[in-house]
Amino acid sequence: MYINPMKNGLKKFTEAITEKILLFSSGITTLTVILIVIFLFKEGMGLFSSPDIEEGYVLAVNQENPINQLTPEESMEVFDSKITSWKELGGKEEDILVFRLSDVTNYADETSLGDEFQFLPHVLDSIITVNPGIIAFIPQQYIDSTFTGKILNNGHITAESFFDGKYWYPTASPSPLFGLLPLISGTLWISLFAILIALPFGLAVAIYMAELANQRTRKIIKPIIELLAGIPSVVYGFFGLVVLVPLVQKVFNLPVGESGLVGSIILAIMALPTIITVAEDAIRTTPRSMREASLALGANHWQTIYKVVLPYSMSGITAAAVLGIGRAIGETMAVLMVSGNAAIIPSSLLEPMRTIPATIAAELGEAPVGGIHYKALFLLGCILFILTLIISISVELINTRKKA
Amino acid sequence: MAQPNMCITSHNVNFYYGSFHALKNINMDIAPNTVTALIGPSGCGKSTFLRLFNRMNDLIDGARMTGEILINGQNIYDSHVDVDELRKNVGMVFQKPNPFPKSIFENVAYGLRVNGVKDKKMIERRVEESLKGAALWDEVKDKLKKSAFELSGGQQQRLCIARALAISPSVLLMDEPASALDPISTLKIEELIYELKKSYTIVIVTHNMQQAGRISDKTAFFYLGELIEYDDTKKMFLNPAQQATQNYITGRFG
Repeated sequence: MYINPMKNGLKKFTEAITEKILLFSSGITTLTVILIVIFLFKEGMGLFSSPDIEEGYVLAVNQENPINQLTPEESMEVFDSKITSWKELGGKEEDILVFRLSDVTNYADETSLGDEFQFLPHVLDSIITVNPGIIAFIPQQYIDSTFTGKILNNGHITAESFFDGKYWYPTASPSPLFGLLPLISGTLWISLFAILIALPFGLAVAIYMAELANQRTRKIIKPIIELLAGIPSVVYGFFGLVVLVPLVQKVFNLPVGESGLVGSIILAIMALPTIITVAEDAIRTTPRSMREASLALGANHWQTIYKVVLPYSMSGITAAAVLGIGRAIGETMAVLMVSGNAAIIPSSLLEPMRTIPATIAAELGEAPVGGIHYKALFLLGCILFILTLIISISVELINTRKKA
Repeated sequence: MAQPNMCITSHNVNFYYGSFHALKNINMDIAPNTVTALIGPSGCGKSTFLRLFNRMNDLIDGARMTGEILINGQNIYDSHVDVDELRKNVGMVFQKPNPFPKSIFENVAYGLRVNGVKDKKMIERRVEESLKGAALWDEVKDKLKKSAFELSGGQQQRLCIARALAISPSVLLMDEPASALDPISTLKIEELIYELKKSYTIVIVTHNMQQAGRISDKTAFFYLGELIEYDDTKKMFLNPAQQATQNYITGRFG
């Protein structure tokens, strides 16, 4: 007999074990990914059921005041003294008196509050009663059953206020504002401009490497470009901060050099290796027969490149661009360091901007777990996830169309 | 030496891929308006030889050629020959149909456009003439704007022939033009070659002995980089001078 039953049994056993291990690993990996996505959305969606005022606080006004509710924007403007009359909010002709808990000592001396502030609710009540124009931002615990003022209804953070909000003031009081627009516009401006810079350069290098460079030049350039992909992003950020920021500041005569432009340039440099590699591969896949057909018709090398090779590899080049955008949108550290981080809707690329990933990285550390700021950051994570998902799907679509 | 009435003359041509000696001292004259078939087993150098006529081998790294090839009396390997101009005069059809991913019309117009023809009327006229010349006009005249990939393999190959004809070459090189086609398409191509002979000098590489016998005036048999025998097709097939030719043609090897 040629079969050793012992050996055979052992082999079968190890094969079965290996198979199980592989199955288990892929199962665990898939499950982890799904759980992360579920967690992300669960945390993020919590934002929409949160009250739009800081937790544990209320806004109180005089009983006579006809106003029942303020939007977060209105209460921000009231407390920033941008709105000074109730009339602007549809109320009576009455100046607004802004009151925070810390202002209580202007109205009453400390002894009247009691040793353990046990009289504080009463004092607050009387302050609100005597000032018809007052709006008080006070902790809920100091409102007792004898309170004679009116507590404004608070709304909830709505999807509209998030997706259409023009302000990102996550720590504003009384009402933090979570508006996506400044962040998404910062992200899109920086990413798109990065692609505008990176694509022509990347395409030029890809064409050069695929079509013009001789073997030796290619062997030198290729590893250098791959090296570019291996540099940690914080190093790019540091380079940008030390070299590009002062340069841009000087060239454009800006008050600060940290701007969307520097972010775009850094991202462009970081996206280059992806774009070059993918585009070069695409150009190389143009069949030899296509080039030969063109050359045999008397077309010169350049005519062949732009009339046959580039159109033929267009889907690959598009994929390169989209992948480059994907790289740019998700990039965090370098952009955080150089783009100025001002969460405002930019009107020019030379202004400071802030991207979604930079916001998450910068603010998550100071957002209390489970709070609305924390939930808002998770929602940003969801938005980023959806953006990159769209990008992956479009690359996939481009590639399948190419094969078809 | 070069004979004045010959269209193509090759004189002591040697060709090397790196250190591999692919063509050994080839001398061959091809008369105008004839069909010359190059036959021989795979790797014998016949395709390499064909691709010398439009300098397609220039694209290969590490390839080297000695000797001279004259087309219409001019040495095409002379240093001041413009290769693009040469290729306009020496058209080529490849083994596999290789239309561009463009419309049928644009495929045929390509050669005109890259040669700087801008006149729309002129382009339309040449496209029609070329498609008629390639016996494809009736089949595609209603769908010129459609992608060339919608055509069948045989139609695509005739489109490639039309594309080559559009720039009015005097020589047409064909590298196994029917090897990827079914018998009916092959027959159409062969009929076409017979027609084209009136206006063009055709050199065709083929693996199909019957095809060589049917369409060519002269046949050249290559073996291991050497030109073993070159004569009238009838004589080559009925009464070859060399035993090797006889063996190959009758299918004893190859």
